[in-house]
Amino acid sequence: MPTLFKDIYEDTLEFVRTFGAFQLFFLRLVRHTPRMVVRRPGLIIKQIYNTGTLSLVIIMVCGLFVGGVLGLQGYSNLSRFNAEDSVGAVVALALLKELGPVITALLFAGRAGTALSSEIGLMKATDQLSAMEMMAVNPVRRVLVPRFLGGVVAMPLLVAIFTCIGLFGAHIVAVDLLGVDVGAFWQQMQLSVSADDVREGVLKSFVFGIVASLLAVWEGYNTIPTAEGVGRATTRTVVITAICVLILDFMITAVML
Amino acid sequence: MQQTRAVEIGTGLFVLLGMSAIFFLTTQTAGGERFSADKTFEVQANFDNVGSLKPRAPVAMSGVTIGRVIDVSFDPVTLQANVRMIIDSRYDQIPDDSDASILTAGLLGSQYVGLQAGGSDTYLENDSEIYFTQSAIVLENLIGKFLVNSGSGSDE
Repeated sequence: MPTLFKDIYEDTLEFVRTFGAFQLFFLRLVRHTPRMVVRRPGLIIKQIYNTGTLSLVIIMVCGLFVGGVLGLQGYSNLSRFNAEDSVGAVVALALLKELGPVITALLFAGRAGTALSSEIGLMKATDQLSAMEMMAVNPVRRVLVPRFLGGVVAMPLLVAIFTCIGLFGAHIVAVDLLGVDVGAFWQQMQLSVSADDVREGVLKSFVFGIVASLLAVWEGYNTIPTAEGVGRATTRTVVITAICVLILDFMITAVML
Repeated sequence: MQQTRAVEIGTGLFVLLGMSAIFFLTTQTAGGERFSADKTFEVQANFDNVGSLKPRAPVAMSGVTIGRVIDVSFDPVTLQANVRMIIDSRYDQIPDDSDASILTAGLLGSQYVGLQAGGSDTYLENDSEIYFTQSAIVLENLIGKFLVNSGSGSDE
């Protein structure tokens, strides 16, 4: 029996320790940020390319079809009340406030987050990070900060692109295929979407960008340096990012309402 | 060198695309007329029925937004709804016998106050009141009237 309590105690302590280490890790990244932005912008641009530009295809294709299915569902359900003109408003609000940020964050975790953590994990497993330290290069500054910043910059842009393409997809389905009036589609949208709705989406995209990149970099940096460890870190990145993003989404929405 | 160039072009394209997407979202989806004016004057009007008119609804003349509603309240003395609105001071030559009616933007759209110019030589100014008002059209009343009329029509 005493061992049981001891185990619980130690597990709790370990959890709290990890949580604290995570916060300190975040502060460390932030502390190195200004210096890296000034001294090595090239590294950050490379990472924006890796996380942003290379994610464009998946973001655009998914956005098109998410918007399309929203248009389809919105039309078929709203036409029961003869309100199919409001489909523009429904799609725009759903995409701007919820689906845009959340789905982009989940896709980002799958596409860019895994790439980040496996890359950093493999660098650790092959002792490249230790080698840097031997050469008096700070691996946190040289490797982690640019990757973190690249994700933070790329995410809001990806969310905006996803939302735009989604609206475009909904437009194709609702206006071009199902025959909703094009004027009604946009006017209903503009009447019901306020600047606050756009702001909520932008805030979410920034928060999710920070969380998703931070978790990817953190998991990579704390990889157990074996082949199995790298695989596990990659999986954990996706799982933990998905959980955190959805919890934060609920919290932000509750606060903003 | 070629590699870096490709990366830079790719990044540039991505950022430009993202920026234009943000621009599109802020300007095209969020919208409606935003009324803002430095100087305004306040007028009021009493309506028998304001329907679902809300504060911040636009006040329009000939379809152009010239002001907005700031308060809708019930006046216990006149037993009417009192609507206070502010109008941009640039429009200081609105005849004071203009009439105000509550209109609906589109079939299911939001309601707004529409002003119709009168012929007086004196103009609306701060704290003046619009005397000629027309209530909101309430769909139930309209249907009721329609039913009564069509009923009497079939009798003849």
